[in-house]
Amino acid sequence: MHTIAAISTPQASGGIGIVRISGDDARTVASHVFTSVSGKTLEQIPGYTSLFGTVHDADGNFDQCVAANYRAPKSYTGENVVELSCHGGLYVIQRLLNACLSAGAVMAQPGEFTRRAFLNGKMDLTQAESVMEMISAQGKGAAAAARAGQEGLLYGRIHSVQKELTDTAAHLAAWADFPEENVPEVDSGKLEKTLKCMQSELEQMLQSFHTETILKNGVDTVIAGRPNVGKSTLMNLLSGSEKSIVTSYAGTTRDVVEDTISLGGIPLKLADTAGLHDTQDPVEQLGVLRSRRRVEGAQLILAVFDSSEALSQEDKNFVDMIGDTPAIAVVNKSDLPSKINIEYIKSQFKQIVYISALQGNGLQKLKDAVQQVLHLQQIDPAAGILFTQRQQGDVTRAGNAVSEALEALKSGMTLDAVTVCVEDAVSALLELTGESVSETIIDQVFEQFCVGK
Amino acid sequence: MEHEYDAGAFDVAVVGAGHAGIEAGLASARLGCSTLVFTINLDAVGNCPCNPSIGGTAKGHLVREIDALGGEMGRTTDECFLQSRMLNLGKGPAVHSLRCQIDRRKYSEIMKHKLELQENLFVKQAEIVDLRHAADGVRWELVTRMGAVYTVKAVVLATGTFLGGRIYVGEVSYESGPDGMFPAAFLSKPLQKLGLRLRRFKTGTPARVLRSSIDFTGLEVQKGDDPVVPFSYDTLVPGKNRAVCHVSWTNDQTKAIILKNIGRSPLYSGHIKGIGPRYCPSIEDKIMRFQDKPRHQLFIEPCGLNTEEMYLQGMSSSLPEEVQLQFYHTIKGLEHVQIMRCAYAIEYDCVDPLQMDATLEFREQPGLYGAGQFNGSSGYEEAAAQGIVAGINAALKVQDREPMILDRASSYIGTLVDDLVTKGVTDPYRMMTSRSEYRLVLRQDNADERLTPIGRKIGLIGDERWARFQQKEQQKVDELKRAQKTIFAPSEELNQLLVSHETSPVTTGVRLAELLKRPQLNYQVLAPVDKDRPDYPAAVFENTEIELKYEGYIKRQKADIAEMRRLEGRNLPRSMDYTTVNGLRSEAQEKLNKIQPMNIGQASRISGVSPADVSVLLIWLSKEHS
Repeated sequence: MHTIAAISTPQASGGIGIVRISGDDARTVASHVFTSVSGKTLEQIPGYTSLFGTVHDADGNFDQCVAANYRAPKSYTGENVVELSCHGGLYVIQRLLNACLSAGAVMAQPGEFTRRAFLNGKMDLTQAESVMEMISAQGKGAAAAARAGQEGLLYGRIHSVQKELTDTAAHLAAWADFPEENVPEVDSGKLEKTLKCMQSELEQMLQSFHTETILKNGVDTVIAGRPNVGKSTLMNLLSGSEKSIVTSYAGTTRDVVEDTISLGGIPLKLADTAGLHDTQDPVEQLGVLRSRRRVEGAQLILAVFDSSEALSQEDKNFVDMIGDTPAIAVVNKSDLPSKINIEYIKSQFKQIVYISALQGNGLQKLKDAVQQVLHLQQIDPAAGILFTQRQQGDVTRAGNAVSEALEALKSGMTLDAVTVCVEDAVSALLELTGESVSETIIDQVFEQFCVGK
Repeated sequence: MEHEYDAGAFDVAVVGAGHAGIEAGLASARLGCSTLVFTINLDAVGNCPCNPSIGGTAKGHLVREIDALGGEMGRTTDECFLQSRMLNLGKGPAVHSLRCQIDRRKYSEIMKHKLELQENLFVKQAEIVDLRHAADGVRWELVTRMGAVYTVKAVVLATGTFLGGRIYVGEVSYESGPDGMFPAAFLSKPLQKLGLRLRRFKTGTPARVLRSSIDFTGLEVQKGDDPVVPFSYDTLVPGKNRAVCHVSWTNDQTKAIILKNIGRSPLYSGHIKGIGPRYCPSIEDKIMRFQDKPRHQLFIEPCGLNTEEMYLQGMSSSLPEEVQLQFYHTIKGLEHVQIMRCAYAIEYDCVDPLQMDATLEFREQPGLYGAGQFNGSSGYEEAAAQGIVAGINAALKVQDREPMILDRASSYIGTLVDDLVTKGVTDPYRMMTSRSEYRLVLRQDNADERLTPIGRKIGLIGDERWARFQQKEQQKVDELKRAQKTIFAPSEELNQLLVSHETSPVTTGVRLAELLKRPQLNYQVLAPVDKDRPDYPAAVFENTEIELKYEGYIKRQKADIAEMRRLEGRNLPRSMDYTTVNGLRSEAQEKLNKIQPMNIGQASRISGVSPADVSVLLIWLSKEHS
């Protein structure tokens, strides 16, 4: 059985979110996305115990996590199970699921955990009956969703990639199955180009899934900077009310102040944080620590600078903290004479907006910048965006298979190995419509090539 | 029939002695069943009415597999081939395929003689005109045109293109079997009476022409391989190539003549209703469907050593004979060609294979089996593959033993049978490597590893062959161990060798296995540094190299196979009414009722049965069993 993974908490913001992994390789998959603080691995600890640590993907750590270990047969499904509990918020939890899928888990089918539980004797007959109805209902729902999807733009988009990959597989098949019938040679340069193109198309689709999530759930946005640059003024300006206490004293905001606003149609979950600096005040120290964590976990950072003052070491330390997180330099107090080293800011940020939070100008530019930095302006709502995890799972699988095909091609493997990878990709994309891979490819062979004696 | 007589009783009867019938008959007799093989014409046993060749892509895999199970096709091919080639070298081990040109009369002669010599087997020239249940309701009665009534416990139908056969050449059409034999004109009706759903398929063959009327000057020559790789694991000393083939091309004139006369093709005039194979188009089909293609390739192949008939592969047609002559004459080398037998299309009755199980037994008619073109396939090799499956299962049934079911992961044979009985066919089915999802595991080099243990268990593999097989398997294990253990020091000689094959030199000791994993290297290249290599057959090294080089892919396919087999192990009840299973979608209920899958795995491959339906089935099944 494949090792499967899915989000097991409701699809809404909550205190915590759980990704459940089940199957023989559950611990192996978990070990790719989770590292404990103590240095222990899930292999080393008994069932019914947990480890605390961080979860990460190719882009680095993104949240704290408790990993609960269940050893077969003592688990919900009767298989090895790891449950990764993170902070709530769909962005984090979906990123965690993606990481698990990249680490080799397969997206669970509707009701699959329960089905496995039943088959492994973890459930009695009465429960089974209700499970059956539940799965059936879900099946009907999925079918309806697939039908709706077929009419949609997303289907068109997946279909065009699938068509291109099918054509590629058909050429490979015709070339292998009809060696003496004048089928054009497979040009590996051209093949590589096609595969790369498909790889980037699939990546873009996954990116659009990310967009969809953003539009649905909001962007975790942190307003940060050294003390007294005007973060709270910006917060109040954006939220349209006196959310944060504003004084001329540095360090007024000691805890995180939150609000959700809509900026140009994009929901931002704003958090105004304590100014980042070294302080002896224990209360302020706590606030600064929280700010740092927020900055590390943010999806978007509004980095506020005071244009009327030269950049301090604290400003620069803060800039270093931001890393790869999408960020906008908000240069405040543009109404005052400028003393800031703007060249440095330009070298560190792609997006810079000059505002005067006090006078309330520069908001439109900030909206544009947010769209830019989140790549939302490239997303044409009519271009079709991924809308279910299932589809995301299929596209992820297809993308991985295309990458493997490219790898095989580059390392000089024979094309039969490349072919099976391309077919895996087609298979992943055909999952939704339930068509058979070999039939689809063979139909294409006879459609396109004059083969046969 | 008015005058019938009791002609005696046998265990198994096989109707037809083509490639399917031969394997079915031999397998059944070799398993100890008294077996009767009927043929309309004793001179047509193992006839090759189309191309004079055995094997080819994926078909070569089938022949290897038939041989590994204990069948005859591979051995006989090795005894009478004229030219042998391993196709697709360089495209990867999954698609390497062996193909042999054969002496077609000799092939037929050897096969007929093998049937005649086979213990427990009686081969009889007779047309079967009726098939019915015996009075006991369990056995079957077959009635010949002469009124002889044979009573048997199991029947294998392998009627090929004889059943209801009709030939078309332009406006000319008449009832006929292949190659001028008479057709089986009476059997279709009783089969329909038994509830078999018959349909019309068609196929075709090109002209045979006189060798001395061909001008071979300037035609490309195609030679056989040296050394020759035999088909059969029994052939220890392979024969030699004895003939060559030639290549020529159609041109604008050919096209013009065909287009001008297309209205005289029975396919285009609407006289042929049968569905032809997509992969075996006639030349007029190719020209009509691919109008932008300036030319089409053809191969000129010898039919045997004792005949001057030559086969024009790629040029099958159902246009009138005079038109055939005209367009053949436009082709380089064939300017003055004389047709000895003209090209024709043949239409025949075959059955909907969805009515069968993976044993090739009809679900509603216990003891009745089908194989070959009768089941909707095409090709000698596909026919033989089904023949051995049907013959084995008929014998096992008579002996009250467990049936043999080859799953998709075991073989191309299993894939072929599963496709037929699970997906059905809309046109004659041909095997292709692209039909197997496990093709890196199902290679032609390891057919014995996959199937010989099964053949042995059933009783078709003798002691000598078994001992040889076990020795080879041991050598494979030992060689893999040696490759993993042997370490080469980073010598000047080794690094020069590596660099000269465009792969990076080493600075520390390196294992033979690691080097073999590099796509640029192989056993042959490494021979100068691999000095302590044991003296094993080439096949052992070939296998080791493939297992190492493709390890990652093979491992992944094996994981998929394990997954598939889990579902395959969960049997479904027979004669089941799926409308009584709550939760299944109605499309799934309908399909499941029609196909009656043997297990969950087969059910999951039916188009229209979704993963959710499979879940419902699994839970329903577990509930039923408790």
